[in-house]
Amino acid sequence: MSGPAQIIVKDVCHHYRPSVGRDVLALENVTLEVPEREFLALLGPSGCGKSTLLYLIGGFLPIETGKILVDGKPVTGPGPDRGIVFQNFALFPWKTVRKNVLYGLERQPLRREEREKRAQAFIDLVGLTGFEESYPSQLSGGMKQRAAIARTLAFDPRMLLMDEPFGALDAQTRSLMQSELLAIWEKTRKTVIFVTHDVHEAVYLAERVAVMSARPGRIKTVVDTRFDKNDPEVHRTKMFVDKVDEVWNLVREEAIKALEKRPS
Amino acid sequence: MTSLAAPRTVVVRYAPLLILALAWEAASRLHLVSSLALPPLTDVAQAWIELVQSGELVTNGLSSLYRAGAGLALAIAIGGALGIVMASSRPVNAMLGPLVELFYPMPKSALIPVTVLWLGFGDGSKILLIFLGCTLPVTIGAYNGARGSDRHLIWSARSMGAHRLRMIWDVVVPSALPELVNGVRTALALSFILLVSSELIVARQGFGYLIGYLGANGSYEAMFAVVLTVAFIGFLFDRAYQSVVERVLRWRE
Repeated sequence: MSGPAQIIVKDVCHHYRPSVGRDVLALENVTLEVPEREFLALLGPSGCGKSTLLYLIGGFLPIETGKILVDGKPVTGPGPDRGIVFQNFALFPWKTVRKNVLYGLERQPLRREEREKRAQAFIDLVGLTGFEESYPSQLSGGMKQRAAIARTLAFDPRMLLMDEPFGALDAQTRSLMQSELLAIWEKTRKTVIFVTHDVHEAVYLAERVAVMSARPGRIKTVVDTRFDKNDPEVHRTKMFVDKVDEVWNLVREEAIKALEKRPS
Repeated sequence: MTSLAAPRTVVVRYAPLLILALAWEAASRLHLVSSLALPPLTDVAQAWIELVQSGELVTNGLSSLYRAGAGLALAIAIGGALGIVMASSRPVNAMLGPLVELFYPMPKSALIPVTVLWLGFGDGSKILLIFLGCTLPVTIGAYNGARGSDRHLIWSARSMGAHRLRMIWDVVVPSALPELVNGVRTALALSFILLVSSELIVARQGFGYLIGYLGANGSYEAMFAVVLTVAFIGFLFDRAYQSVVERVLRWRE
C-alpha cells in the first residue's frame, strides 16, 4: 500500500427505511480502506448499496453503526474535502456553466479574478470552452457531465466520489469520457471512489476494484487491476480481458442472487 | 420573419375584442338592449375621458393600486417564506400544515367585515384582507415547489461548503420558483377580486368605491368606464407579470 490510508470504512451497517413497509438492511459490516491517490471502483449488482456507501462517505446520510474516517477524522457531514459527481449531473439548472463552476469557489478565500481564472481553467480542461454562458438545459448529456466534473474539480477537493457518473451517457460518449477522466486523474492524482455496475469500466479506470455482494451489501473481494492504461489497445490485451473475466465471474454470482431476491 | 408576422398575430389575437366592442356599440345604438343597462361604448369612452380629466379616476385608482400592491407584496414575502420554511422543517410543517389546509378553502371575502372591525374604513383593512387572501396560494406554491427540490442538488451545494441556510437560499428557493410563480399569479388575480369587493362594501376611495358610487347615482356610462378600467388593469398586470416570469425562468428548457 502506498501512502497513508485516506478513507477508512469500518464495520458500517445501514438500513434503508422506506416510508411504507419494513426497514431493509442495505449494508452489512462493510470494511474498506482506500489509500491516498488511489482510484478505487465500487462494483456490484443494482440494489447492493454501493451508492449508499458512497453517500455515507460523502456525509449525506447519517452513519448508524461502525465508523468512517477521512484522514483520521470521523465523517459527520458533507464537506469540500470530498467532491461528489452524480449520475444525473446535479448541475444547478438556473445557473450557467460558468456560475455552476464558480459556486464551489465562492466560499474559498480567493480574489474574484482568481476565482474566474480558476473556473475558466477547469472549463477549458473538460473541453467546454465557448459554453460558459450556456444553461445546463442547453447542453448534451456528455457536456453536462463535463460541466459537473469541472465544477467538482474546481474547488480542489482531496478526493472525488463518483456515483455512476457515466451511467446516463450513450456508449460512445461514455468511452470518450472514461479516457478523459483517466487523463484528468493522472494529472491531478486525487483519491477517487467510482461507483459503477459496468465491469469493463471498473477494470479500465480503477487501480483496484471492490466487488460488493448482493443485498445486504458487503465487500466480497478487492481485485487488483493495476496495469498500463495508456495503451490505446488496452481493451484487447490478454491481461485486460482476463481481468474482466475474473471480475465478471465474481459479479455474476451476485447479480444472479440479486435477481432471485427481487420480489416478482 | 417574426418582425413581419408579429403585428399580424397581434391583430388576429385581439380581433375578437374588436368584434365584441362593435357588437356592444351596435346593440346599444340599435336599441336591442336598453341604453340604461348597456350604454353605448362611445358614451362610456366619453365618460372615461371626463373621469380622467376631473382626476377622479387617477386618485381613486392610485389609492386602489397602493392597497393591492401593499397587500400583495406582504403576501408574497410572508407567504413565500412560510412555504419554504414549512418544506424545510418537519416541526414547522406539523404545526402549520393543518392550519393552511383549514384556511385555504375559506372564502376570504367573508373576512371583509372582520378586517373593517379591526382596522376601520381606510387602507389598513383592505391591505390586511388582501394579505390574508393572497398569502395561502403563495405559501402552497412555494411549499410544493420547495418539496420537489432534487436531493442531489442539495447535497451538491452542501458538499461545496454551503451551510444549511445558504443551501436553502441557493437551492431550495430557486427550485421552488416555478411553482411559486404560479401561486403568485393566482394571488395577483385574487388581490383584484378582494380589492374591488371590499371597496364596494366599505370604503371612501378606490375603484370599488367609485363603481358603487357612480352606480348609485345613475351615472352608468361612468360606472362602465371604471369597470372596464379595472378589467384592463388586471389584464395588463397579468401580462406584465407573465413576461417578467418568462425572463426569470429562462433557464428552463
